[in-house]
Amino acid sequence: MPAEFIHILIALAVVAASVGALGLVMVWVERKVAGHIQRRPGPFEVGPNGLLQPFCDALKLVGKQLFMPNGADPILFWLAPVLSFLPVLVLFLPLPLGDGIMAQNMNLGLLLILAFSGLSVLALLLGGWASNNKYGLLGAARGVAQSVAYEIPLLLAVLAVSFQAGSLNLAEVVKGQGTWPWQWNIMTQPLAFLIYLVSALGETNRAPFDLPEAESELTAGFHTEYSGMGFGLFFLAEYANMAVVCAVATVLFLGGWHGPILPGPLWFVLKVSLLLLLMVFLRWTYPRVRFDQLLNINWKWLLPLAVANLLLTAFFVKFAQYVVVK
Amino acid sequence: MIKEAMKTVSDLWSLMVGLKVTGRYFLEPQVTVRYPWKAVDNIDTFKGHLELVPSKDPFKPKCISCGMCALACPSNCLTVVKRKPPKPTPEEEKAQAEAKANGEKVKDKTPKDPEKFIYDYTLCSLCGTCMENCPAGALRFSGNVYQAGYSRNDFLFELVAHMQTKADASPKTEFEPPVAETSEA
Amino acid sequence: MTRYIDTEQTAGDFYTHNFAKKAQEGTLILNLGPQHPSTHGVLRVVVEMDGEYVLRAEPILGYLHRMHEKMAEVKTAAQFIPNMGRVDYLHAMAWNWAFVGAVEKIAGIEVPERAEYVRVITCELNRISSHLLWWGAYLLDLGAFTPIMYAFDDREKLLDALQVPTGSRLTYSYFRIGGVAQDLNDDCLGRIRAFIPWLRSRMPMYKDLVTDNIILRKRIEDIGVIEPELCRRYGATGPVARGSGINYDVRRNEPYGIYSKFDFDIPTSELKCARGRYDVRMAEIEQSLRIIEQALEMMPEGDVLVKGAPKPSWKVPAGESYFAVEGARGKIGVYVVSDGGKNLYRTKLRAPGFCNLSLFGEVSRGTILADAVAILGSLDMVIPEIDR
Repeated sequence: MPAEFIHILIALAVVAASVGALGLVMVWVERKVAGHIQRRPGPFEVGPNGLLQPFCDALKLVGKQLFMPNGADPILFWLAPVLSFLPVLVLFLPLPLGDGIMAQNMNLGLLLILAFSGLSVLALLLGGWASNNKYGLLGAARGVAQSVAYEIPLLLAVLAVSFQAGSLNLAEVVKGQGTWPWQWNIMTQPLAFLIYLVSALGETNRAPFDLPEAESELTAGFHTEYSGMGFGLFFLAEYANMAVVCAVATVLFLGGWHGPILPGPLWFVLKVSLLLLLMVFLRWTYPRVRFDQLLNINWKWLLPLAVANLLLTAFFVKFAQYVVVK
Repeated sequence: MIKEAMKTVSDLWSLMVGLKVTGRYFLEPQVTVRYPWKAVDNIDTFKGHLELVPSKDPFKPKCISCGMCALACPSNCLTVVKRKPPKPTPEEEKAQAEAKANGEKVKDKTPKDPEKFIYDYTLCSLCGTCMENCPAGALRFSGNVYQAGYSRNDFLFELVAHMQTKADASPKTEFEPPVAETSEA
Repeated sequence: MTRYIDTEQTAGDFYTHNFAKKAQEGTLILNLGPQHPSTHGVLRVVVEMDGEYVLRAEPILGYLHRMHEKMAEVKTAAQFIPNMGRVDYLHAMAWNWAFVGAVEKIAGIEVPERAEYVRVITCELNRISSHLLWWGAYLLDLGAFTPIMYAFDDREKLLDALQVPTGSRLTYSYFRIGGVAQDLNDDCLGRIRAFIPWLRSRMPMYKDLVTDNIILRKRIEDIGVIEPELCRRYGATGPVARGSGINYDVRRNEPYGIYSKFDFDIPTSELKCARGRYDVRMAEIEQSLRIIEQALEMMPEGDVLVKGAPKPSWKVPAGESYFAVEGARGKIGVYVVSDGGKNLYRTKLRAPGFCNLSLFGEVSRGTILADAVAILGSLDMVIPEIDR
């Protein structure tokens, strides 16, 4: 249908623009927060409080020469950054910003997000493999093992919530929650929230789980050889992924757009920003975990807990249905 | 079992403690000094390049051209060029010859201050050995933090001329930072 | 169609080729350095890896060799002092002291008492600054970005204090044959007195933020276990040896200067792992503060340079001597031989970092790459000192 098609195109354009803006803002926030944690001002020269600094950085990245190492696979090498960035745009489509404010209302929104976020692993693998660099290769291997592992508890934690809500439609999940914090899913699913948060860090390769790009060991890991916008796209994708992960957390656990007094979209943005701030704080506070520890955390702690949580949830949901039906 | 669970909880708590520390510092004021607008308070303890100390006459250095500094310098960055003795007038020459004939000591009329005092700042490692070995106390560090230049030659000083130009300029404009005002911290 | 270049043929140099000869089938030869974020300078380590595991590692030195020992032969003894600040730029005072001490020993020069105290104070301050920098840089190796900023905040105060008498902030050439270059003035003493309680008040924060952090503990515990026997075999000293439970400190075992007058402990650890070395260094900061506190109290008035200190044309009396001091990284030894000329006939510098690094090949065998980096960091290397 052409109307549907145009709708999606417009939505994608809006999403692309907002992802770009988001990236710029996040770069500024990250550097500013890091600066203040370390008791220095952070960027403050360009524009008021350094607000224009990300623009300068972006300009610099765009202006840089695109460089490919000797012996790299040209097609895969340049495909990787694009592949890491493009799926992110799709991830924003089913996110409900407010009551009825969403790019595309989908029945299986949650599933779409989970499916497309898996593609970023492929980009990471290609980038590391194609750059003909041993650090890149090691980073890619780490990235794949990590992302595959952390996807499972993430999925299980999310499933527990959708069991409870009885829907994979994100808007429906939000509607199932109330205005006040004690009506949010985090009260009924605190464990799932914690598991989700930890696996989200692993999924987005954020410190302390930033092993694919562990700079003290692998210089820059999978994107060692990327310069200019090749690196810029990876960078942008990372921030966009962070935003998606936080937005999903808000929708599933923190009541989405619900909140007293203030309008819905504002609440949504507020909650997402708080989660993003938490992620930034974690990065600048902790050392990096080791690779075997990272996998141990996943397989020995998160996975069993997530399974137990899911089973418990399923039992209670069925039990409740049984009681109601009776 | 319980012990282990308690240990896990305390381990996780240590993560919270870390967040508390960074959170506290996040809210505290910054400790950095925003340089071009403010300078650190101990800028005067920096050494800076060498300069000659003027004697009572601000255009004449205390230096007696003995060359001890050049001898002591580990990196050979100093060259002292002595003044040539002034050409004696015929009467003086006669007097000198007479004095020599009488076995008296000829008085050296050569001015002691150096004609040139060449100092290569690019080689200097600011160890201060020259100052310590100077019998006349004619050398000191300028404390000039803002020495910068476009070429190597900008760091090749002729210290006598440097001292004189500095004496020429009014003493007030001595190496003021671009925007003066030291920070309180 | 040679789109893919055979890197086996084109890559690598003498060292990697030699190293690769002994490689097993299907392993990866990785060249860490000379430019690498966690080698702190220009150390190069060739590693044979099986997946994430390090099978063999071989440090390759020489990228920062500046012929300090040769330079000593063409300079007079006094002229060589600035070189000592450049050997180990993080603990320059100890190297200053080692060389000056060796020359004084030949010439039989007695140092004025106040100068001895000044030497102790500045040397210990410099040790603290070295340990603080190690602490920050080590955590940077482990992936924590913030601690180094806090460490530099404290170190800044310390460098400000040291800048007053020395005029420099890193490569000090402050000691002189027969004393030190300048007395500590009231400004400097005031800064040092203010610094001691300040750093003590910061230590709990270091503990909360880093030492107690579970991620850090898991990262550094039980990795890089160095048996005391291995330490002895390689001649490792300093915090590396003390972290393995060897109670050896030059300040206590062969006291030089006036160290025998002070009351301080030699922290050791029985853990033998990276954690042990970490603990030892953190405890040493506290002990150095104690020494400085006592020295400030006991410091007499007087000269800081002996009367009749050597002139530029001074000839070093013929003879030989060895002088050892405890640096931040271990036993610093300077051996000098003089034939009675102005220049020393031969100067040999014993850098502790060289021996400590030699351990690495043996200790890192069979560890994960991340652990190898953590072990390398825990040895606290300063490459200019290793290469000299």
